[in-house]
Amino acid sequence: MTSLPATTHKKLGLVIDLDTCVGCQACATSCKEWNAQGDGGPLSDTNPQGADISGPWLNRIHGYEVREEGRADSRMVNFPRSCLHCEEPACVTVCPTGASYKRAEDGIVLVNPETCIGCKLCSWACPYGAREYDYTQGVMKKCTLCVDRIYNTNLEPEDQIPACVRACPTGARHFGDLGDETSAVSQLVKERGGFDLFPQMGYKPTNKYLPPRARKESYASGVEPLLKGDGSVMEKLFLWADKLLTASKATAPVNPQDNSSKLEG
Amino acid sequence: MNPAYSVIFFTVSSGAGYGLLALLGLVGNAHGRASSPGFAITAIAVALVLITAGLLSSTAHLGRPERAWRAFSQWRSSWLSREGIAAVVTYPIALVYGLVWSGMIEAPQWIGPLGLITALMCAITVFCTAMIYRQLTTIPAWANRFTVPVYLLIGLVTGSGLLNVISFIFGRFQTDAGKFMAFLTLMLIFGIIVLKWLYWRWLRRRKPQYSMAQATGLGEGVRQWEVPHTAANFIMKEMGHQIARAHARRLQQLCMLLLDVAFFACLFSPKYSWLVFVIAPSLLAAAWLERWLFFAQAEHVSQLFYGKEKI
Repeated sequence: MTSLPATTHKKLGLVIDLDTCVGCQACATSCKEWNAQGDGGPLSDTNPQGADISGPWLNRIHGYEVREEGRADSRMVNFPRSCLHCEEPACVTVCPTGASYKRAEDGIVLVNPETCIGCKLCSWACPYGAREYDYTQGVMKKCTLCVDRIYNTNLEPEDQIPACVRACPTGARHFGDLGDETSAVSQLVKERGGFDLFPQMGYKPTNKYLPPRARKESYASGVEPLLKGDGSVMEKLFLWADKLLTASKATAPVNPQDNSSKLEG
Repeated sequence: MNPAYSVIFFTVSSGAGYGLLALLGLVGNAHGRASSPGFAITAIAVALVLITAGLLSSTAHLGRPERAWRAFSQWRSSWLSREGIAAVVTYPIALVYGLVWSGMIEAPQWIGPLGLITALMCAITVFCTAMIYRQLTTIPAWANRFTVPVYLLIGLVTGSGLLNVISFIFGRFQTDAGKFMAFLTLMLIFGIIVLKWLYWRWLRRRKPQYSMAQATGLGEGVRQWEVPHTAANFIMKEMGHQIARAHARRLQQLCMLLLDVAFFACLFSPKYSWLVFVIAPSLLAAAWLERWLFFAQAEHVSQLFYGKEKI
């Protein structure tokens, strides 16, 4: 049934820390590896060793450059993006067959690969680009929040979490119930000011992102002078040596802003 | 969006079929039994063949066409499901109407109501098709007030072009009835010219609603630095189809030119009735171009994650 449940008992989801993510792709690789043999059927790769590789991935890591107001230096943000298991997922309601559904018990959004007709309309309805079509199987693929791991008591307790969370070497990915205010993930969101992606679309994503932490000082004013005057004998010695060496370079540019000689020193 | 030929053919072909069928229903509703059984059967058959060809083509777009029957189950939430049901319900109604209207079944009192129901079902089916696109807030070029009237009007205008041709073949267009049909087609062509002109002006002038800053939550200074993979993926191929947009302006002008040709051909068709063979092909070609552009010019907000800064 593609009508949405009025409420879900839990809101299972991920909290992704954009401050600690190093963009190593371990989560994406681990996701592909687990889901290539999971309940959802194989996750295909076409021509994997060739020039024209293709195949669905359920998690993709973008890199963004962010320039902040009043700073000349920008920062790089590694940005993992997967299904956000929204509370208002139009990808589910547009599905004509009922293959797409949102679970009432935990809020996970899934596709049944046995009944999907591959019309791709759900992927059109997703603003996050989270659903990828599998050309070899003719059905839509998406993040399952590792539903075949998190309830799998055959696995060790530490493995009963999504593969991406398990694989993250920096602890940038957290899994839990975002419907429970006392849960560790909810606390983390509260503490760090976790935010929704693209709230303007009105899909109410369950997954939250933690913003990169503010930087304390700016290194924007060019290269810091390595020598700070304290008037010591050693400093005078270095300055003398610096002058001696600089003077010998007749073609060196006379530019007070140029600190390159100091860098070299 | 990637303009898939199967979907373009489907919406143009079945749109014209439903437009023709709706007009036939209204003709029967207004005038009673058809002038000849041959005319009625041919016209209904052409409409149903166009509709069926379109619907079959739409299943070519599916990854698993053999499961298409499942699409009838989710009418409570899905416009695509509603469209499928409306299309199937229209068939038996159209067939019964065809039998009664042509006089093969003697029941003249039923021609009026059945004609009206047939026309209504055609309108409902095309409305559902349009709503599949209209509902997608992820694609601003579709989620606006133009989509539904454009789909309804293009179906009707191409259908009326075909009706003129069929009437000509059966010697009906050359009579006084032809003058009214030419007038009706003229008004419909005028309507679609105005509507598409307004739509393209709106699309050109609209201010971007969505930005990369909103999508990523990283502020106005965000810029793409690295794409996730070395090869293009499904999202980039399906939603980020750019080649199609390259000649958009010229194709728009060509589409308008074809509509203008149809308009003037229609204007002179009461005097030179052979012009019906100019009107219908021009309209169908214009509809094909319009549908291609409908997809090609539509930008999907997921592209904001892939380097597009504003949509």
